[in-house]
Amino acid sequence: MPTLRIDLPVHLRRLASIPTHELSLDVPAPVTIASTLDALELRYPMLRGTIRDHVTKQRRAFLRFFVCEEDWSHLPTNTPLPDAILTGREPLIILGAIAGG
Amino acid sequence: MSSVRLLIGTRKGAFVLTSDGTRKSWKIDGPHFPGWELYHLKGSPVDPNRLYASQTSGWFGQQLQRSDDGGATWSPVNNQFTYDGVPGTHQWYDGTPHPWEFKRVWHLEPSLTDPDTVYAGAEDAGLFKSTDGGNSWHELSGLRLNETGPHWQPGAGGLCLHTILLDPTNPDRIVIAISAAGAFRSDDAGKTWKPINKGLHSKYIPDPNAEVGHCVHHIAMNPKTPKTLFMQKHWDVMRSDDAGDRWTKISGNLPTDFGFVIDVHSHQPETVYVVPIKSDSEHFPLDGKLQVFRSRTGGNEWEPLTKGLPQQDCYVNILRDAMAVDQLDDCGIYFGTTGGQVYCSPDAGDSWQAITHDLPAVLSVEAQTLA
Repeated sequence: MPTLRIDLPVHLRRLASIPTHELSLDVPAPVTIASTLDALELRYPMLRGTIRDHVTKQRRAFLRFFVCEEDWSHLPTNTPLPDAILTGREPLIILGAIAGG
Repeated sequence: MSSVRLLIGTRKGAFVLTSDGTRKSWKIDGPHFPGWELYHLKGSPVDPNRLYASQTSGWFGQQLQRSDDGGATWSPVNNQFTYDGVPGTHQWYDGTPHPWEFKRVWHLEPSLTDPDTVYAGAEDAGLFKSTDGGNSWHELSGLRLNETGPHWQPGAGGLCLHTILLDPTNPDRIVIAISAAGAFRSDDAGKTWKPINKGLHSKYIPDPNAEVGHCVHHIAMNPKTPKTLFMQKHWDVMRSDDAGDRWTKISGNLPTDFGFVIDVHSHQPETVYVVPIKSDSEHFPLDGKLQVFRSRTGGNEWEPLTKGLPQQDCYVNILRDAMAVDQLDDCGIYFGTTGGQVYCSPDAGDSWQAITHDLPAVLSVEAQTLA
């Protein structure tokens, strides 16, 4: 089972009591953003509803998914993640939009 | 000796303020949940160490937090608020139908008898209940499904259910208020509801005497006289002596009767407090003078309370859930401002002191009187 590196916004790390900047997460195949979020929410139930809607699973508007420096926010969440993410060479970055003052 | 604990919700976290019964020296703990908006925190009347907090964010949505040790530590509980069945529509600002969408919890009201039971008032307007300490929530959908529901329209702050009053003499009676739908009452523990807005008059709405559509900002009640309700409407300060069946205007000699907060003395049910705000287009005190007004006659005759409050260059607002009273003999009064000040009067309003000047904008204040 691939072990992914996940980079979460600081507010979500605090909410889930994750002490490190990144977390390691085992994600069963097929590894996609959707399956990664399933695994993340299973391990950290308090994150349900914070990244995507409880029911519709739609990404919250002010969050973005970055994969190997590409914005995957608008790709289907069942798109297979690349080897660089699966091998842990690159983190999956879940980023809070930088907006407002 | 008794002590007081204040639960302060702000735009950037929660703070817990504690003092002994003199209320002269305060300890400030926080911020809890730094960076999040804390719309409201409230403790259980039967277990003061059981606290609930509504934590929200435009980025990350709604969280509900619970403390079992008076706010020293917190744990997230269930944050899923799902409307019952097909939610249907209410009116949007332009009068078109708009689907009900959950946004946040504005107000939490713990049960008067069971620390595991708590009510949550939501935007878009809905009343939710948990009977397991927040681990699960279900909607009391009879409110939203009231025949007037499709006609409810949001106020400028959203279609928010911001007031929940539980009647200590009648466990089946709940009064709630929604901006800008109005006030509603259930006499069967939340199964069915009726609008209680007779006597309210709101200029500039299509029917100024309509059954719903009034922008009620807050309602307060002294638990000793639960049929007497005091309301700060958008404009107008009102009272009812029959649990909302009929309202009468008690603005009297107030310099302006626009405002958000209203509260009642904990031992004198006819002593009422408001903070007049200049107007609905200028949300700050008249002439830069922060004044609490007190009526000892249940309304109409009001006196300004200014000792210790800034009387020049003050342009803050006091939001609807940002005033509270304690239960000590001399009844402490507290309020927080959008400028981050929290004021305390240990003598029922005669004099005031700032507990702190520099918190983030204050959204809510609750007072707990501890043995």
